[in-house]
Amino acid sequence: MTMDRVLFGDNQFFGVNHMSEEKARAQSMRFQDLRAVIEVLDAAYDAGIRTFMCTTHDRVAEICEHFRANAAKYPDYQFYPCMPYAHKYANAVTENGMIEALRMFLPQDGAVAAMLKGGVALANKDIETIMQLLIDAEMKMFHGLRTPVIFMQNVITDLLLGLGMKQTLRIFHDHVRNRYGAEPGYITMNVPLLLDVLDELGIDNPIVCANINKIGFRMCGGIEAYEQAIAQRRFRPVAMSVLASGAISPREAIEYVCAQPRIESIVFGASGRSNIRQTKALIDELTSVPAA
Amino acid sequence: MVGLGKMGLSHLAIARAHPDIDLVAGCDATAYLTDILSKHAGLKCYADFDRMLAEETLDALIVATPSRLHAAMVEKALNKGLHVFCEKPFVLDANDGERLIALAQAKSLVNQVGYHYRFVGAFKEAARVVKSGAIGTIHHVRAEAYGPVVLRPKGVTWRTAKNEGGGALYDYACHAIDLVNFIAGVPASVGGAVRNGVFSRDVEDEVYSSFYYPGGASGQLCVNWSDESFRKMSTKISVWGTNGRITADRQECQIYLREPVAALPDIGKGWTVRYTTDLSEPVWFYLRGEEYSSQIDYFVESVQSGRTDGENTFRSALAADRVVEMILADGGSDSGITPVGGVAARQPAPKGLLARLFG
Repeated sequence: MTMDRVLFGDNQFFGVNHMSEEKARAQSMRFQDLRAVIEVLDAAYDAGIRTFMCTTHDRVAEICEHFRANAAKYPDYQFYPCMPYAHKYANAVTENGMIEALRMFLPQDGAVAAMLKGGVALANKDIETIMQLLIDAEMKMFHGLRTPVIFMQNVITDLLLGLGMKQTLRIFHDHVRNRYGAEPGYITMNVPLLLDVLDELGIDNPIVCANINKIGFRMCGGIEAYEQAIAQRRFRPVAMSVLASGAISPREAIEYVCAQPRIESIVFGASGRSNIRQTKALIDELTSVPAA
Repeated sequence: MVGLGKMGLSHLAIARAHPDIDLVAGCDATAYLTDILSKHAGLKCYADFDRMLAEETLDALIVATPSRLHAAMVEKALNKGLHVFCEKPFVLDANDGERLIALAQAKSLVNQVGYHYRFVGAFKEAARVVKSGAIGTIHHVRAEAYGPVVLRPKGVTWRTAKNEGGGALYDYACHAIDLVNFIAGVPASVGGAVRNGVFSRDVEDEVYSSFYYPGGASGQLCVNWSDESFRKMSTKISVWGTNGRITADRQECQIYLREPVAALPDIGKGWTVRYTTDLSEPVWFYLRGEEYSSQIDYFVESVQSGRTDGENTFRSALAADRVVEMILADGGSDSGITPVGGVAARQPAPKGLLARLFG
């Protein structure tokens, strides 16, 4: 399975901006109307971007609905879901506690829900069943749409990585492959550490999405370790935050990423049609002529 | 580690990823958590804190239990000669705080509280600029914290329980108060304190107060954790001085200087904006923000070097607890906390996450 060179990200739609809260709020206002979101996705589609890499934010369900209803208009469109939208869980845990929050996100009539209700410890700690149910719950909104790659969000990947719950990364991998026939991907801020663990788990040539940018912003382990891993280790890198939230000029930023060998895809988000077109063109230009 | 709730798990992940920490054991009374962690993360777990202290040979302890349990656990750990990192707020009773400070001091133990905002690049920059005197004589400070925690008349955790250190005052406001202390200095007194429930019955969901400084400077605190318009907790501090103004949040630090000053040659006249991409220092492991990793790394450094007077000491955190006590004393009794004018009754029914997920 090959991935598109350019993937379209969704941070701009949900008020995520690593530079400015004011800018993030302005974006929330602009994109509270679904039409504004679709306009931008259409602009990306017109620029030749066929893949939308998005969190499982509640509002993505509305976007999915649009693409299902207009399937003929986007015959080759696909989604790369990134799960979960963590604040949804974090806020629920703060308000309701862990068990109650878990129950909120699981099917209400399932055996697991019944057990949680009965106060029985988590199904002999059957973490596999619970994870599968949570993945299925997150995937509901994408029914009928193509989702060839499914990512685990960095806050979860890195939490499990730090805790040392390595097998859960494997559970995710197996369920995504078996149930969805999709390729699992991991978003992380800790590439070298994650690669070691995935190796240990026998997960071969994994898709790993991480910040890869010229200034080393949020590249834990250091930019040199990243460059070395990209050059030498067996994995399929997807670069995000290549512009480091605008801290690097676009050409310089894309030049850097395109000069790294074996980066398969670049994900970026933007709100303006010309901005999208220019960034896409820049990636195409710098991809076709690899830097020396 | 003791306390494996939301913050506890975050600390646990960061600590286990730290190359210089051998995380010996975790302790929590919640069996499903410790079962999962022992089975799937290979963590040695205890249900009983005293047993863990008695059976393990430890150098240091991270405390991330509900706030009302902090004082007793910290005291036991210090008595055993352990360095302590304690989640915020430090203690609910300032007398406990004084006793623990004296104990840590007597035993020369590292003592740190988890006010992670002091490790955020933009807030550190704000503190640096204010301390340099660049914005002149400070006459006003405003600290704000908003977020979407309690959005309906419900809530079952200790965070929404009275007497357990729940409520927006202990959970949200103390962060904003500590930032005021960090950047503008500790206020001498408070006035006009308001603690109201918006949706909660037992605790406040919003806190407002004025701060007064010797010499006439003033401050304002605005905290509301029932604001759905924020995606997550958002904290902002602004300081006004005779030579300018500074506003900082987690992302950026905006500085306005009327005249440049010799002490800060890197900041010119007019606006200077510095962003997190520029101000963040790299960390060895990233989970939710550099600051969470940085504060643990700082604690490790303190233990290694014997630094007992660094950032976020018990003494420093107690100053925030004392401001909290002043607000409690000024802002009426608990019985005064009732939902504002029937607001709760007018709320629409909960949106129903399952309904949204499964149509």
